[in-house]
Amino acid sequence: MFHYTLSRLLWLPPTLLAMALVTFLVMHATPGSPLDPVAEGANPLSPEAQKNLAKYYGLDRPLHEQFAIFVSKAVHGDFGNSFVYKTRTVREILVETFPVSLLLGSMALVLAIVGGLALGILAAIYQNRAWDYLSVSLATVGVAVPNFVLAVFLIILFSFVLPLFPTGGWDSPRNWVLPTVALALAPMGIIARFTRASMLEVIRADYTLTARAKGLGEVPVIFKHALKNAFIPVVTLLGPMFAAVGTGSFFVESIFRVPGMGRFFVLSMTGRDYPMIMAVVLTYGAFLAVMNLAVDLLYGVLDPRIRY
Amino acid sequence: MNSDAAPSGETPIRSSTLWRDGARRLLRNRLAVAGGSVVVLLCLIAIFADLLAPLPYTKTNFGRLNEAPSRDYPLGTDQLGRDLLSRMIYGARVSMLVGLGAQVVVVLIGVPIGALSGYLGGRADLFLTRFVDVMYAFPRLLFVILVMSMLGAGLTNIFIAIGLTGWVGIARQTRAQVLAIKEKEFVDGARALGAGFGRLLTRHILPNALTPIVVAVTFGIPEAIFTEAALSFIGVGINPPTPSWGQMVGEGQQYIRSYWHLCVFPSIAIAVTMLSFTFFGDGVRDALDPKLK
Repeated sequence: MFHYTLSRLLWLPPTLLAMALVTFLVMHATPGSPLDPVAEGANPLSPEAQKNLAKYYGLDRPLHEQFAIFVSKAVHGDFGNSFVYKTRTVREILVETFPVSLLLGSMALVLAIVGGLALGILAAIYQNRAWDYLSVSLATVGVAVPNFVLAVFLIILFSFVLPLFPTGGWDSPRNWVLPTVALALAPMGIIARFTRASMLEVIRADYTLTARAKGLGEVPVIFKHALKNAFIPVVTLLGPMFAAVGTGSFFVESIFRVPGMGRFFVLSMTGRDYPMIMAVVLTYGAFLAVMNLAVDLLYGVLDPRIRY
Repeated sequence: MNSDAAPSGETPIRSSTLWRDGARRLLRNRLAVAGGSVVVLLCLIAIFADLLAPLPYTKTNFGRLNEAPSRDYPLGTDQLGRDLLSRMIYGARVSMLVGLGAQVVVVLIGVPIGALSGYLGGRADLFLTRFVDVMYAFPRLLFVILVMSMLGAGLTNIFIAIGLTGWVGIARQTRAQVLAIKEKEFVDGARALGAGFGRLLTRHILPNALTPIVVAVTFGIPEAIFTEAALSFIGVGINPPTPSWGQMVGEGQQYIRSYWHLCVFPSIAIAVTMLSFTFFGDGVRDALDPKLK
């Protein structure tokens, strides 16, 4: 266990470095530079001024030097100035937007896990009855329909038809409801499906039969004996779930005007804001890598049969 | 003796092949049939878009901007006074093209790589598995967005971006299948009879590995459609003025308060398409491999 954890931790920095390198190369192979004189909306500066700017931002150096400089600074959390929001450093923007995305993502994850488990358990207990159909349909819609389409339907239903929640913004908890639901539906559907399948298996297992045979009521059978075991395969889903919520937030944040990292990522993409893009990709990457590690370790704790 | 004595030896008793069994099971599944019918309908709309659309998708009418659905414009008009219905019909063409075209690219890259790596094993295989692991760690959509921003918007580039990232899954599937099948006795038998490497792989191993590949492709289609819609939504997908549903939702959602129809109709189209492909895909999977259900 200790060995496994250590080796996984040691793999983290090379993984991140590889991610940084890929992103760096892709961004620099992209046609169009922030100082490109023929680009749309380019700055009308003279060639000399452009050169000075390139020098100021370090864009005149060879690529490998630029990368080395970037990495040595990034280690200290310094990602330079944003090209688009010129007066602010990338770090300032991240410090401001990351907590918003983190809050939205966490709320969505909690909702997805709690809702998905509840739906999956109900579906398994009432197999082939109304609850089952309801939860399977909800899961199918959540998984199949993209979250920005779900967001549109949610706005129409809960902002226009029933004016319960605002269409966007992030000022009060009332604004948080719709984006959280829109982001949670897809992972919730996946969790519900898996919980249902694994509950159905566990309910028929011998030890569940034993629990019933010794006279245990329905509630302790489900929650003490069945759910514990049914939960294990669901934990493996949490890794991809973090990724789904992370990338999903680009769209949900854009639609609901949430001032988070995802929305900034979309804006910086079109503005070719290199420092911003690198920082966002690396933040997501680091976050996901750590979360995946946590999930794998949790899996071992929950299921003593697993040995590393 | 002949290992590929195909339909030529058809006996009077109707032989039951995997595919015929599968088709029978698929047709009994009502949801799958419904999904499949919608898919066929969408394909027809995509093919005959020129005949079906009442107006060209670029035809603007600046006198009638952002109009709600009316007799002249059944689904209303957009910010430039273009007929929304016509744009949606042409949007089906983009979605279907991306869904099917990207899968062709994915299969052409993924199947050979997966098959070779599974069959040859050794260092090539090790390299592939490591590479696939790294690709899996990187959020797929994030990677596609990065690639698109490098290549620039456009249909061909979407094929490339989805192909570059999508082959990984299918290669992994193929590899696993080939690994399991190459140890089977009938492969040893064919090898003992003198079948060469190419023949073994293409005539004996791959046909038996086909089922999971077909299933992966059926699920890959809606995923590609989703990817295109998502890319176009944030503006790095299809180039305007070519209409795409995702792009219409992306532009329309900014005006959702005043002009609901701009984003609601394309949203419905995306939802219906994705659900139909999902039902159809579930049906294909259950029909071809009842064990997986």
